[in-house]
Amino acid sequence: MTQLMAWVDQAVAFRPHLTHNVVVAMGGVIAFLIVATLIGQGLALVKPGKFMNTVNTRINAWWVMAGLLIGTLVLGKRAFIIFMGLVSFLALKEFLSLVPTRRSDHRALFWTYGAIPVQYVALSKGWFGLFIVYIPLYHLLVGPLRLALRQETKGFVSSTTNIHWGMMLTVFCLSHLAYMVTLGEDINPAGGGPGLVLWLLLLTQLNDVSQFLWGSTLGKRKILPQVSPNKTVVGLLGGVLNTTILGALTAPFLSPFDTLKGALVGFFIGFAGFAGDIVMSSVKRDMGVKDTSDLIPGHGGILDRVDSLTYTAPVVFYIIYFGWL
Amino acid sequence: MLRWLFFAAFVRPLVFLFLGLKVRGYEHLPIQGPALVVANHNSHLDTVVLMSIFPLSSLPDLRAAAAADYWASGGFKAWFASKIIGIVPVVRKRDGAKLSAQEVLEPIDSALKAGRIVIFFPEGTRGEPERLQDFKVGLGILAKENPLVPVLPVYLYGLGKALPRGEALLVPQFVDAFVGAPALFTGEVGPFVRHVQTTIEEMREGAGRDEVWE
Repeated sequence: MTQLMAWVDQAVAFRPHLTHNVVVAMGGVIAFLIVATLIGQGLALVKPGKFMNTVNTRINAWWVMAGLLIGTLVLGKRAFIIFMGLVSFLALKEFLSLVPTRRSDHRALFWTYGAIPVQYVALSKGWFGLFIVYIPLYHLLVGPLRLALRQETKGFVSSTTNIHWGMMLTVFCLSHLAYMVTLGEDINPAGGGPGLVLWLLLLTQLNDVSQFLWGSTLGKRKILPQVSPNKTVVGLLGGVLNTTILGALTAPFLSPFDTLKGALVGFFIGFAGFAGDIVMSSVKRDMGVKDTSDLIPGHGGILDRVDSLTYTAPVVFYIIYFGWL
Repeated sequence: MLRWLFFAAFVRPLVFLFLGLKVRGYEHLPIQGPALVVANHNSHLDTVVLMSIFPLSSLPDLRAAAAADYWASGGFKAWFASKIIGIVPVVRKRDGAKLSAQEVLEPIDSALKAGRIVIFFPEGTRGEPERLQDFKVGLGILAKENPLVPVLPVYLYGLGKALPRGEALLVPQFVDAFVGAPALFTGEVGPFVRHVQTTIEEMREGAGRDEVWE
């Protein structure tokens, strides 16, 4: 154990933007994946079949996702910001390939993608003002103007809404996670920016998993059968309970919150994650697809993976940034 | 070398990451030439996307039929088309007079006989985005001249949206390529052309992506 901790200290000396706790948490994630892989491969040997194949495909995809996340966080804050910019790009592309757009939207769509570098440069420089008004205000005003100049009024309202809403979810909302990494150890002594990112991602993803596990084992009453037939009341409440407990337990280790406030933030994450999930489910249902794409084997598209995050990231970000708790 | 570099370092990242090309039916790809690849044509990008479906090792064999009056009229464009893309220039008119179909198709015919994998757009032109026009008879004539060369039907989706005719700005957009089973010449030109066209239309319906785009 002392030997392990000595290694952690060496890692911190080597990468000073990471705190001791962040390195331990990253090690924990990797250890967790190793155990999951061993169990998954073991079960596949004992009981081969389609189910275990699906589970192992998912675990392998988790290795890639966790690897990219931890890899870029270790490389540095800038690497993580670029990585998140790429995630935004792929998510926006998925969204705009899914919802209908018109031929006359072509040039407006081009400028929509141009919002990604502006947004991510703004946050990397710490320009909070530009970060907060650029898409919600300037793009809201200029985007429809660009479409109006095309003089194609048929379908104008739906195009305007589709484009701007997609950009809000995939660029504006997701970019809050990237902004978090720039926050320093003055705001979060335990983990700094990387600690906040890890904490939020851990809670959001484990919330997804807990809601699924509670729902599929004990869930009976469907909560929104028209939107998502697999979501149950027990799934939601059990997931929120798990995430509240997990928030309380992990908050002092990685976040600026104590146990009680950590529980409250965990509680918010539980509901916000559910909200993001069902909103994206409604989009998919309307468009008649099951997954937003098949980019991530076993998981679906990027949007399927980050749907909860589009809600949890801004919710948690402002609690921390404005010090509401 | 320059051609390989262009495809490995520029075209492939563009096609697979920026656009996000998804290929279905890899198993139908011929391992070596000759082969005639036919696809619907909506965008300038179609050619490089079709070339990206094949492994880089096939690149030396890949050619694309293209109108000589547009792509081989000298200058940078002609150099780029012949050295980098690797076109087979097709002359449609000489001295103002229309050439016979056999004369027009002769360069493609020799490329096939030399064992090349030739990309050919049987609609003749790019047309309206995401719409299919009737295939021209040239496809049938080529197949008749080369009855042992497999004709590989490919349906491309999304490229007309990424880069429509008349636009210079490329917009990211998921793109699909559906590769069908290779067909061999059936003995009659007209029915064979219609058969290939039907195959591509069926792939398009099977893709569930036949919405009209306006």
